[in-house]
Amino acid sequence: MADTALATAPETETAVEMIGVNKWFGEFHVLRDVNLSVKRGERIVICGPSGSGKSTTIRCINRLEEHQKGKIIVDGIELTNDLKRIDEVRREVGMVFQHFNLFPHLTILENCTLAPIWVRKMPKKEAEEVAMHFLTRVKIPEQAHKYPGQLSGGQQQRVAIARSLCMRPKIMLFDEPTSALDPEMVKEVLDTMVGLAEEGMTMICVTHEMGFARQVANRVIFMDQGQIVEQNEPVEFFSNPKHERTKLFLGQILH
Amino acid sequence: MSRIETDTVFVRRDFLEPEAPPPSLGGIPGWVRKNLFSSPFNIAISLSMLLLLAWALPPLIRWLFIDAVWTGTNREACLPKNGETVGACWAFVNAKLAQFTFGSYPADQRWRPSLVMIVFFVGLAWVAIPRMPWRRQAVWLMLTAFPVATFWLLYGGLGLPIVETSNWGGLLVTLVVAITGIVASLPLGILLALGRRSKLPFIKIVSVVFIEVWRGVPLITVLFMASVMLPLFLPTGVNFDKLLRALIGVALFTGAYMAETIRGGLQAIPKGQFEGAASLGLGYWQSMRLIILPQALKIVIPGIVNSFISLFKDTSLVMIIGLYDLLGSIQRNFSDANWSTPSIAPTGLIFAAAVFWVFCFSMSRYSMYMERKLNTGRKR
Repeated sequence: MADTALATAPETETAVEMIGVNKWFGEFHVLRDVNLSVKRGERIVICGPSGSGKSTTIRCINRLEEHQKGKIIVDGIELTNDLKRIDEVRREVGMVFQHFNLFPHLTILENCTLAPIWVRKMPKKEAEEVAMHFLTRVKIPEQAHKYPGQLSGGQQQRVAIARSLCMRPKIMLFDEPTSALDPEMVKEVLDTMVGLAEEGMTMICVTHEMGFARQVANRVIFMDQGQIVEQNEPVEFFSNPKHERTKLFLGQILH
Repeated sequence: MSRIETDTVFVRRDFLEPEAPPPSLGGIPGWVRKNLFSSPFNIAISLSMLLLLAWALPPLIRWLFIDAVWTGTNREACLPKNGETVGACWAFVNAKLAQFTFGSYPADQRWRPSLVMIVFFVGLAWVAIPRMPWRRQAVWLMLTAFPVATFWLLYGGLGLPIVETSNWGGLLVTLVVAITGIVASLPLGILLALGRRSKLPFIKIVSVVFIEVWRGVPLITVLFMASVMLPLFLPTGVNFDKLLRALIGVALFTGAYMAETIRGGLQAIPKGQFEGAASLGLGYWQSMRLIILPQALKIVIPGIVNSFISLFKDTSLVMIIGLYDLLGSIQRNFSDANWSTPSIAPTGLIFAAAVFWVFCFSMSRYSMYMERKLNTGRKR
């Protein structure tokens, strides 16, 4: 009963709600009481040293990782062990990975149409039109019939963004999308993300691109040792960090 | 004409245009020099191989072709007369060809297996060549209508006289056992491989036990158990066909091997592929079918074909339960008094080896072709 009620509930103001989330990898306490609320249309940047739990946090949002304590509600649906709900959430949440995770045996176009056809049950022709629309938006429609291995890193990451957008997600998660790219290709991916932000997409980005954070984020969150240490709007966050750990971190990366 | 820059400051004025690579030593002389005579050690090896060939090849060719007997109707033809040497007795193979192909399948009904074999090879070629039209439909026909029609034609019923499987033999049995084994073991192997990686303990344990039991038992034991032990456990009056028992045994046995081959492929797929599929909302079976298995199976084509080839040759083991495959039928004819001469055994065995080799080599070549064709990825 509750299921159907949730599925048909009107759009909530809150896109993602994490309440007291805890997670362990074996003995290791990787997320410690994480509380985070993201409104629709909000753009969050999460940063922090490696191993601070930032990737794990956003991977919990689409259940690539399971949390052991606390509550995560995404688009009005609470994540539990119920596989149906997990699939429902994943349909609405797009994710872009550090290593793209494109499917190497499929062409760019097939990469983009696969999920709309099989998950959304969209007719093939319509799915291809949607795919071409988004490939045009990320400025690589001419690569549609190539395979991922034939593209540069920056192009592959733009395809990965287009592939997610083809599902028309309400929320986009970015897990260090530029960390595996050659320096010359970072900008083309960031430009695509800025464009997305300007259209009002709800975005949660784990990234160390502080220029991007300044430009588009509503809020910057700094994590360390599995917990949120500080959060603020970007200008204040960068110019006037409060916590010692944040100051140290920013000192290290903003030479 | 670039010089080594020794100064601290250097600014390039113009970029160098790409040039053609320097010419290599082309042609046959170049190849020979590079591959056969590039070093003293290589020269020594090349020369000794040449000597070996010069020593072994002429007598072999002599035995196989020049001194061979091509025609004849009984042992007289292949007996040495007036002290001259006699080579291979091809007349024997020629006279027994129908038996080698069909075993003791009744002569007036042999059109039935012949028809099945012709349809099979045409259908196989159709399915195997990517350019063919209606290929998808052909695959479905080969997997559904063809087995049913084959069973009807080979076994009989519905107007055709029944031919018991104990009369089947020769290449026919080899093909029936090998092809059924191949077709059944691949899906079984996939399911077992997925089962062994399952997070559900029950499915995992069942798969592990199945794989380890079948893989740990020799095929001969499996066949022997199937033919001798199984009837002891069945209620009296229930009798199921010896060939069918062998088919099931071979399929399950090969399936267990196949499972481990495929599991190797699954393990080679990066975690990111599973996550990419999951993040798009694809369910377990969808991501397996569309994303994971196509990549995993491609990686393990050599291993899969290895199993197929091994299975094809292992069909000869059905001899121990009284079925006669190609090799069995040939060996059975060695004792034919009408043909008994010293040269029929080597001739028959060479013939068997040649037939097995042609089938196995074809599988090997086709798998290499598929590997090249599917090599789209070159993933990072």
